[in-house]
Order: sequence, then C-alpha cells, then structure tokens
Amino acid sequence: MSTTTIGGHTLTVDDEGFLTDPTEWSEEVAAALAEQIGVTLESEHWAILGFLRAEHARTGETPTLRRVSTGMQIPVKRLFELFPVKPAKKMAYVAGLPKPRGCV
Amino acid sequence: MTTDIGPGTAPLVPSFDTPATGRKLAIICSKGSLDMAYPGLILANAALGEGVEVHLFFTFWGFDIINRKHMADLKFTPLGNPATHMPQGLGGLPGMTAMATHQMRKAIADLDVPDVPDFLEQITGSGGHLWACRMSADMQHLTEDDLYDGVEAIISASDFIEMTEGAQLLFI
Repeated sequence: MSTTTIGGHTLTVDDEGFLTDPTEWSEEVAAALAEQIGVTLESEHWAILGFLRAEHARTGETPTLRRVSTGMQIPVKRLFELFPVKPAKKMAYVAGLPKPRGCV
Repeated sequence: MTTDIGPGTAPLVPSFDTPATGRKLAIICSKGSLDMAYPGLILANAALGEGVEVHLFFTFWGFDIINRKHMADLKFTPLGNPATHMPQGLGGLPGMTAMATHQMRKAIADLDVPDVPDFLEQITGSGGHLWACRMSADMQHLTEDDLYDGVEAIISASDFIEMTEGAQLLFI
C-alpha cells in the first residue's frame, strides 16, 4: 500500500495505482484521475461513475462491463467509446474502485 | 508499510494504454454444445476488454453458435462426460440432456453472463470479429442469410490463417 498525489489530492493506492479507500474519492478526485488517463468527463461518464459507486456500495463488488451495460441500458459499444480500449478497468479507476473481479 | 510518493515524483497511475503491442487473438470454435461454446466467447470478451484484437472462426459443430436456427438452443449433455461425476448410465436416460441443459443455462444466467446471441452482440459491440467457415457452410448448405447478423463473412480456412498472421491462437 502506498500513497500518490494526483491533482493536489493525496490518495491511498495499490501497486497498480487503483484507489484502495473509496472514501478518499470525490468528484474533484474523479476529474483528476480521468485527466491522468486522457478521459474528459461529460454527463454520460458521470452517470456511469455514479452507477459504479452505488453498485459497489450495495454489493461490495465493482460491476463488470456487462453489468454496467445491462444495468444502465447502455450498449457495450458506447462504453468502449466513453472509456476507450480498456473500459471496465478505466471506469473502475476513475470511480475510485478496485478492478472488477468478474469474468464477464 | 506505507511508501510515500510525494510531490515531485510522477503520480502512480495504472498503465492502461501501454504497451501498444498490437496483440491479436484468434479463436477457432469447433464445438456446438453449450458447455463448449462458452469458453471461446468468454475468452474473446475478456481479451476485447484488455484492448486485444480478436477474431473468432466458427467451424464444423461450432457453426451452431452462429447459426440463427440453433444459436439460442445449444445443448449440454452429461453423456460421455465424466466431469459431471454422475454414473454414466444416467446420462442416457430420456430427458437427461434437457434437464442438464436447463440447469447449465440457469447457472450461467445466475452469474449475469449473457445467453449465446446476446454474448455475440456484446463481442461485436466490443469490436470483435466473427467469421464463418466456408467448408462448414457448404456442407450444411447455409448462406450468410442463415447466420447471425454480426458475422462479417464466410471465408476459407486459408483466408482466416492469412488474416490472423502473428496472432495467438486458441482451438476450442
């Protein structure tokens, strides 16, 4: 466990850089994390982040891409456009959550 | 133990886009039973989620996975499969395949994993490529009209080999 400073926020992260304490997350932190990975947050991104955090709080698990797609009625293709190349991991990162554990 | 990476050092950020290896995965799906369809679909989906270029080639019995007529109705049988840990004689009883298929479908759905047609849609939506085997199409007298919409074309084995040059390959 280590800390890193992003956008003036000191954050507790794992070896890869994912936040390990969901309470350190805020909208300002999300914007700073998104900037690090080249994503500009618009309303669709924010809705997805809200869904991820709510599901994680409810179930203790980060939702998979499939879960986000079915739960929010957003086509997977759109998720790849919003968070390019590795959408499941990128959205988890910006939402301040661990990588999803599920296979699908 | 806590290591502080203070200001002045680069922030620790997961490396999502690097390295740009141009990694490619080719998956040959040659089996048409429910339990043999899923491994290829799950691995294809996982690879796409990691930014890998994925091509699936459906051949022989695997053609059922993209055959509109059968794709939503793939079956699982315990007959001849010792990994079900059932007495083999039971597998041949009437209704056993239907029951085993029903149970497997339920177990898959309980994990929020899509059925075969939805899974193909998710794979193509994620940028995966679906190809049908020319010889299998000819043997079964099928054309592109009989196949799932997302199948890009019916191609020969040599076309597939050529297109997947440098790819890692899975034969299922």
